[in-house]
Amino acid sequence: MRWSYIHKHKWMVFGVLGVAALSALVSLPSITGEVSAEMLINGAGATFPYPLYSKWFSEYAKVDPSARFNYQSIGSGGGIRQVKAGTVDFGASDAALSDEDLKKMPRALFHIPTVAGAVVITYNLPGVGKGLKLTPDALAEVYLGQVTRWNDAKIASLNPNMNLPAQQIIVVHRSDGSGTTNIFATYLNAISNTWATKVGKGTSVNWPVGLGGKGNEGVAGQVKQTPGAIGYVELAYAEQNKLPYALLKNRAGRFVEPSLEATSAAVAGAIAELVKDVRVPIVNSPGEHAYPIAGLTYLLVYQTQDDQKKAASLAKFLWWAIHDGQKYAPELLYAPLAPQLVKVIESTIKQMTFQGKPVLAAH
Amino acid sequence: MSSFEALPAPAVLPRAGGANVADRLFRGTTLLFALSVVVIMVLMVGAMLRTALPAIRAFGWHFPFTSTWDPVAERFGALPFIYGTLVSSLLALSIAVPLSLGGAIFLVELAPHWLAQPIAFLIDLLASIPSVVYGLWGIFILAPWLRTTVQPTLAALLGFLPLFQGPAYGVGMLAAGMILAIMVIPFISGVSREVLMAVPNSQREAALALGATKWEAIRTAVLPYSRSGIIGAIILGLGRALGETMAVTMVIGNRPEIALSLFAPGYTMASVIANEFAEATSDFHLAALIEIGLLLFGVTILVNGLARLLVWSVAGNGAATVRE
Repeated sequence: MRWSYIHKHKWMVFGVLGVAALSALVSLPSITGEVSAEMLINGAGATFPYPLYSKWFSEYAKVDPSARFNYQSIGSGGGIRQVKAGTVDFGASDAALSDEDLKKMPRALFHIPTVAGAVVITYNLPGVGKGLKLTPDALAEVYLGQVTRWNDAKIASLNPNMNLPAQQIIVVHRSDGSGTTNIFATYLNAISNTWATKVGKGTSVNWPVGLGGKGNEGVAGQVKQTPGAIGYVELAYAEQNKLPYALLKNRAGRFVEPSLEATSAAVAGAIAELVKDVRVPIVNSPGEHAYPIAGLTYLLVYQTQDDQKKAASLAKFLWWAIHDGQKYAPELLYAPLAPQLVKVIESTIKQMTFQGKPVLAAH
Repeated sequence: MSSFEALPAPAVLPRAGGANVADRLFRGTTLLFALSVVVIMVLMVGAMLRTALPAIRAFGWHFPFTSTWDPVAERFGALPFIYGTLVSSLLALSIAVPLSLGGAIFLVELAPHWLAQPIAFLIDLLASIPSVVYGLWGIFILAPWLRTTVQPTLAALLGFLPLFQGPAYGVGMLAAGMILAIMVIPFISGVSREVLMAVPNSQREAALALGATKWEAIRTAVLPYSRSGIIGAIILGLGRALGETMAVTMVIGNRPEIALSLFAPGYTMASVIANEFAEATSDFHLAALIEIGLLLFGVTILVNGLARLLVWSVAGNGAATVRE
């Protein structure tokens, strides 16, 4: 726009600016007014369970039309920070908070497990086919960079029928911080002392070897494109994309295929510990048919609530999610909670209070 | 952005008195807008400094010069990321600058009109492709091609250089540099084209009239005249390369290590922020990531500053060269 043009039409320019500013001011209160009337429950956090949560919110709208949910899948870390700051009504995280982190919260925070997920080991060995068997030791040593060739005795002895090549193992891991990495690292942390001292567990870790791919699609893409590669992805992603997966030896000594049933079995197998604390990792679960690399995902809510109506709605939704909501999990490839665990969560939801009184009407 | 139209004189000259109120109001408003950009910058740096404080306190001057990045043990050093950012950007420029400049010179000086228009349009179109699409293309097409064809060839021909040694993964610094090169070509080539077109025809005609060949006319009359503009175009491309996140993250291999070989995986500052920010739960991890952001800010300012100094020094000589 040329100067002379602005100069000629300056009053019009100012007029347009003024109208825009005025309309912005006028529309603000009307937006906030709308929100408080409809009761919007805000949440933020994990991306992994987001497809299920959005299904839940739309299904739950049929059960209780007065409650509307707004969920931002910004990642577990963001969810935890927003809960801490009190900017959302509930958070969501794939990793349970440590005792230390819980102490930093302004009030007592409950973990509500919603569903379980599993992590699948996928690989690319042309001419070898499906069903590679791996032990926890072999897997840990591959990811530690100690086993570097596919025909290493550690792997070959488990797969006598496969003709494993003398190829270099190209290790692929997630580069972005993720619940998937957390479950995988927690597993290696549980089964390998070397891993526990050298690397540890978390949503991002200092990988001893390997390439980082962004997201499940990044890891799967690199594994698919690179002969000799091994990587880990979420169970749901592996199923949808028909990736070849490895069978893993579980604590009971069985080689188990990753599946929804085997994941639910991992939850059931760890129930003795979960009853005491829902935050314990369910990796390397003792169940006979349990798949060993599994984990729960959680919603995070404060025990003491400060808005009675909102709290009642939220508690009712949570109750629905762990009962009726579970039936939507398998079709979206999440493993439903074991019934024993549902009982534990029921009592947790009943402990949510507003001014000392439970927010949930008696069930 | 690069068409330097001379501003015509205002149609109505400001008179003393009443009309000046509106003029002053306008000047004040635009001043406010201009200042708001500065204020936003200052606030941003302030907010980043505050969040990064725990990491700045804990690591001090060691942070940019150490190489460990361990979120579990909470030991952080940014050197591999700084290295990766600079090397991938320089690699990108070393590929993109000859291609863009050659292309721009051809399109402006040599190509017939019917050919120049569609090619220029296609190059500009490259700028509008989302970076995630570049990244996916990188994973599924570029990286496998590099692994099976380019890297073995380079290793066979130039394998004596440490730059081209080690196993070929496909993804890595070379892949990142190539993706970045393709992404910055439209910026460098687009601006260079505009700059070349702004060279007055009398320059060319004068050279040709003195008996210069087409190439000599370009070399002695056109390029010196537009040198500072072309360097500006390269700076623009460099700025874009330094900050690019998504496409690079998808193909660089994300390994915080300093390796001389271009085949080895690397990591950039923007990539580590994009990768770890969303899931960083500890305040300390977050502080380290924000400090990386501050460093990226600093590196960008530094590189741009150096480039600008270069432009000024060259611009001075440029005029002299034209007169020769």
